[in-house]
Amino acid sequence: MLKINQLHKSYPIGDSSLHVLKGIDLKVEEGEMVAIMGSSGSGKSTLLNIIGMLDEADSGDYILDGLPIKDLTEKKAAVYRNKFLGFIFQSFNLINYKNALENVALPLYYQGMKRKERQEKALFHLEKVGLADWAQHLPKELSGGQNQRVAIARALAANPKLLLADEPTGALDTKTSHEIMAFIQQLNDEGKTILMVTHEEDIASMCKRVVRLRDGVIMEDKKVEQVRAEQYV
Amino acid sequence: MFDLDLWREIFQSINKNRTRSLLSGFTVAFAILLFTILFGIANGLNNTFAEAFGTDATNSIVIFPGRTSKAHKGLQAGRRIQFKNEDYDYLLDEFGDKVQYITSKVHRNVNASYKNKKNNYQVRAVHPEYMFIENTQIKDGRYINQNDLNNNVKVAVIGKVVEDDLFLKTNPIGKYINLNGIQYKIVGVFTDDEGYNEENVIYTPLTTAQKLYGNNDYIDLMHLTFNPKLNYNQAISFGNNITKKMKDRFSVARSDQRAIRVQNMAEGTKAVGQMTFGLNVIILVIGFGTLIAGVVGISNIMIFIVKERTKEIGIRKALGASPRSIVSIILIESIIITAIAGYFGLLIGMGVLELVGPSLKTYFIKDPGVSTSLVIGATITLILAGAIAGYLPAKKASRIKPIVALRND
Repeated sequence: MLKINQLHKSYPIGDSSLHVLKGIDLKVEEGEMVAIMGSSGSGKSTLLNIIGMLDEADSGDYILDGLPIKDLTEKKAAVYRNKFLGFIFQSFNLINYKNALENVALPLYYQGMKRKERQEKALFHLEKVGLADWAQHLPKELSGGQNQRVAIARALAANPKLLLADEPTGALDTKTSHEIMAFIQQLNDEGKTILMVTHEEDIASMCKRVVRLRDGVIMEDKKVEQVRAEQYV
Repeated sequence: MFDLDLWREIFQSINKNRTRSLLSGFTVAFAILLFTILFGIANGLNNTFAEAFGTDATNSIVIFPGRTSKAHKGLQAGRRIQFKNEDYDYLLDEFGDKVQYITSKVHRNVNASYKNKKNNYQVRAVHPEYMFIENTQIKDGRYINQNDLNNNVKVAVIGKVVEDDLFLKTNPIGKYINLNGIQYKIVGVFTDDEGYNEENVIYTPLTTAQKLYGNNDYIDLMHLTFNPKLNYNQAISFGNNITKKMKDRFSVARSDQRAIRVQNMAEGTKAVGQMTFGLNVIILVIGFGTLIAGVVGISNIMIFIVKERTKEIGIRKALGASPRSIVSIILIESIIITAIAGYFGLLIGMGVLELVGPSLKTYFIKDPGVSTSLVIGATITLILAGAIAGYLPAKKASRIKPIVALRND
């Protein structure tokens, strides 16, 4: 599903540069649910952004679903992101002047789908996250948990191969975090491959595999016994 | 290709971000409003100016006889100078190539009557060419012609005021008007842009007047226009030349200012020309100034808008928006706002001019207004400027890495 080989990335800081990723090797199979952990500055978010084609690696190979991701034009990257990836952000990143339905429908708009079909599909995904009744509400009229569920619905709308979540529960309280995690687990049960960055141990323990980064290298990569989130809800 | 969805996106963005849209719209509307009003007022000043100098030929020279104030060549001071037909012929002979139109004139105030209606008017007995010098417009019938002069025909061309006074609603053409006891056949009615004082006049053939008023060939004054191809200096020296030759002809001292006076419009025309030119420069400066202010305003707002939308751009890019779609959504939005706001500015500006225009007459501003094409041109300039000003930051924003844009809070 996803194969990364000797990935390097550094950021210029003034005259010198900060070597953030120092040769990452990672392989993720379909249906996995991987937590990428590490303290801040360990390079976990950078790794996720490169996987999400939001950022580019300096060197190394990245193959997504058999497709080498390298030297992409902006246009091509946009198409790949739209086709292969779904994003869930810590701060939701919903467009504030669009209601829930329109936000969910946005990736479908960029796929060139017809308006009617788009709305039907968006509503279907909103229903799936339990927010069909909130379709016409703006993000500011929804709670944090609801907003994150809208964001998840949006990530699912384009039916991506890979879901990328950057601290998906970072802005939520424990109870809501568990609800969201329960939902993400359910998606994984249905077969979605999920890659998640977190620094919370209990959230990581709800994944099936934990990859620990430190100073730009993988320190530990192990499968874990998944803790189900439903029991806390 | 008409992309309904793109337009929906744009109108939603305009509609949902009202403050932003109104703010940028206001700048444009205000720039166009100022442009319209300032330009209109400047035009009004120009109109006042043009009107003050009337529609008479600006290249005219009038030659008046007077009395000598100095003794010369054995002739006493106080001698009366009398022009005659031969002086007219002399001018034509001497200066024919520089003269465009020329007429002799005899003035009389007459009692005019038609049936039981009476009034006082000025009669001007002239050559046919006077029509062009005075810029007389024939409303009905015809003007004096050469045939009238050759045969001393008793015909008259009356001004509109005379027509209104004496003939009420009947057609005066072919009727006979009584001027100091002599019947003249009316052959034409004229109007003059200068209004009442010039329409309160009756024209008759020169020779007819000369014959009736004294059976002589006396002339009160001569009025000519010089060839418009003469430049300012040539026109001035032409006028001086006439003065010199006429003074010599009548044995008048060169320094005698009263015996023969020559009034050359070219002297005033230059001042008028300079003033009009100055006014036009001011108008242009005002126009460009407001436009530039508007352009700067729009540029700032576009940069601000792109900055404000950076995060949204990041989200859209993460969801699969191509750089082109980002640029077009921002650009089209700015063009729509500028166009609509510009149109409102134009409407308001023209409305204001229409409303306050009449009351500005006391301030020497007449009929302030701007041509629609000019304002539309200004609006299009602003739209283009807005598009260019928006394009650069939009292009930059579309290239920004989504991760950087998303981090922007």
